[in-house]
Amino acid sequence: MNAIVKVENVGMVFETKKGRFVALKDVNLQIRSGEVVSLIGHSGCGKSTLLNLIAGLTLPTSGVMLCSGREIAGPGPERAVVFQNHSLLPWLSCFENVYLAVERVFGAKEGKARLKERTAAALEMVHMTHAAQKMPHEISGGMKQRIGIARAFAMEPKILLMDEPFGALDALTRASLQDELIGVMEKTGATVVMVTHDVDEAVLLSDRVVMMTNGPAATIGEILEVKLDKPRDRLALAHDPHFAECRGAILEFLYQKQMKKAA
Amino acid sequence: MNTATLTSALGAIVPEAAPAHPASAARCEATPAKESDMASSTPTQTAAPAPTAEPGTPFGERAGQFFRAVIPPCLGFAFVIGLWALVAMSSADFPGPAKTFDAAVTLFSDPFYRNGPNDQGIGWNILSSLKRVAVGFGVAALVGIPMGFIIGRFAFMNSMLEPIISILRPVSPLAWLPIGLMVFKAADPASTWTIFICSIWPMILNTAQGVQRVPQDYLNVARVLNLSEFKIITKILLPSVLPYMLTGIRLSIGTAWLVIVAAEMLTGGVGIGFWVWDEWNNLKVEHIIIAIFVIGIVGLLLEQLLLLIARRFSYGTN
Repeated sequence: MNAIVKVENVGMVFETKKGRFVALKDVNLQIRSGEVVSLIGHSGCGKSTLLNLIAGLTLPTSGVMLCSGREIAGPGPERAVVFQNHSLLPWLSCFENVYLAVERVFGAKEGKARLKERTAAALEMVHMTHAAQKMPHEISGGMKQRIGIARAFAMEPKILLMDEPFGALDALTRASLQDELIGVMEKTGATVVMVTHDVDEAVLLSDRVVMMTNGPAATIGEILEVKLDKPRDRLALAHDPHFAECRGAILEFLYQKQMKKAA
Repeated sequence: MNTATLTSALGAIVPEAAPAHPASAARCEATPAKESDMASSTPTQTAAPAPTAEPGTPFGERAGQFFRAVIPPCLGFAFVIGLWALVAMSSADFPGPAKTFDAAVTLFSDPFYRNGPNDQGIGWNILSSLKRVAVGFGVAALVGIPMGFIIGRFAFMNSMLEPIISILRPVSPLAWLPIGLMVFKAADPASTWTIFICSIWPMILNTAQGVQRVPQDYLNVARVLNLSEFKIITKILLPSVLPYMLTGIRLSIGTAWLVIVAAEMLTGGVGIGFWVWDEWNNLKVEHIIIAIFVIGIVGLLLEQLLLLIARRFSYGTN
């Protein structure tokens, strides 16, 4: 298996006012091309920290991070990020937000017309063509996140990083966006790493679920392979024994082995 | 970054500018200088909302809305004018509302006459004051806004300039007038110079604060996209700092309009401040009262104009 991202013995220590805080310790993970990996764990377990490390937004204090054989020294468009709060620029229209990313990645080799085509295609993929000329504050939270996803996919990244992409949405919007994401991942065959705290979401979307122990000094506790055929249908899965088994395994990890003491 | 110091310094500017327009003092407190996230803190404060009547609301209700919006301000004015009339009745020197109104009618029937350098119509006086404010203020913007960007972007420059600004900012701009007179050897540029001095501080401090408060999310987007420095400035920094900049400009123009009156009293020439002093020497108290109203109204209009511009550049809340 060829690994796109290799995380080897990575540790992360933050210097805070109260002293050193060890967030991650001895994390080892390989992400293969085309697979969807979820990071799950209780809040404060360092799953977002690990994602930021892969993104290159922060650099590890020990260990090695590789992307396609090269050390990750900073963020770059080959590792696109979908932020939890969508992070659309409020002074640009939805189209311009996506175009900004497309222009950065393909602007050097392609003409304006082609760049606009790419932008339109990305918006079409998340069914947001009708809102292309709207400003971000004119559309709902779920729609903003769709634009955020379109922006990330439009960059055709080697790997797509999502930090609780649906965390700020209500349950129904979340479900419809998950279905949307399943469709988009199916079409593009993208490699995805996603942080979540939703057990169903993790099982529904991923090939592997990486379960993290509680911090401080969090690390990877168990890795679960989800052997369900794709594309997956949420209604059919409700009665699938393997789905229930996976779900059970994660719940057991989270609520028995890593029960968080009442804070 | 020395945000805390700058914030407190900025907090101090707000009450300083507030007396310019007592009616708007409450609104000044709600400037983006305060804590709150950037996007929602743009100066979108509104004056008393106009009575918006839905089509189809019963006439009685609409009339009610109209009276609730119009009656209290009218009562306020009536009260002040009544009090003024009472005071005027008990004093021989103090002109009453009727006398002042008559004087105003004469004055504004010919606002643009010229009888030599010291006797010109009130229109010329207002315009030349506005011209001085515009020039001093414009130069202050040209210098202050780039300086604010530099201070906001580089912690070193912030630490270097912050103490100097802290010492100079509380100084009344009129204290700089003699320096201006000495350097420029003329009254007119000297009063423009004081406007420059008083306008520059809010512009520097607000711009710097805006730069320091560009949300990390947007900067992360820039980092992930690996945007060029030029794109970062045009697509991220400028739009997100703009509301802060406009607040600085609005505070500046309020102070500038306060200061120009005092500066012109000292330097003479043509200008509303000089005119007030001249009319005092002529013992035309009713003209001084008119001037007070005119200064207030012009100040209010300037502020409203900038609020209008600021609203244009507030990108809704996120």
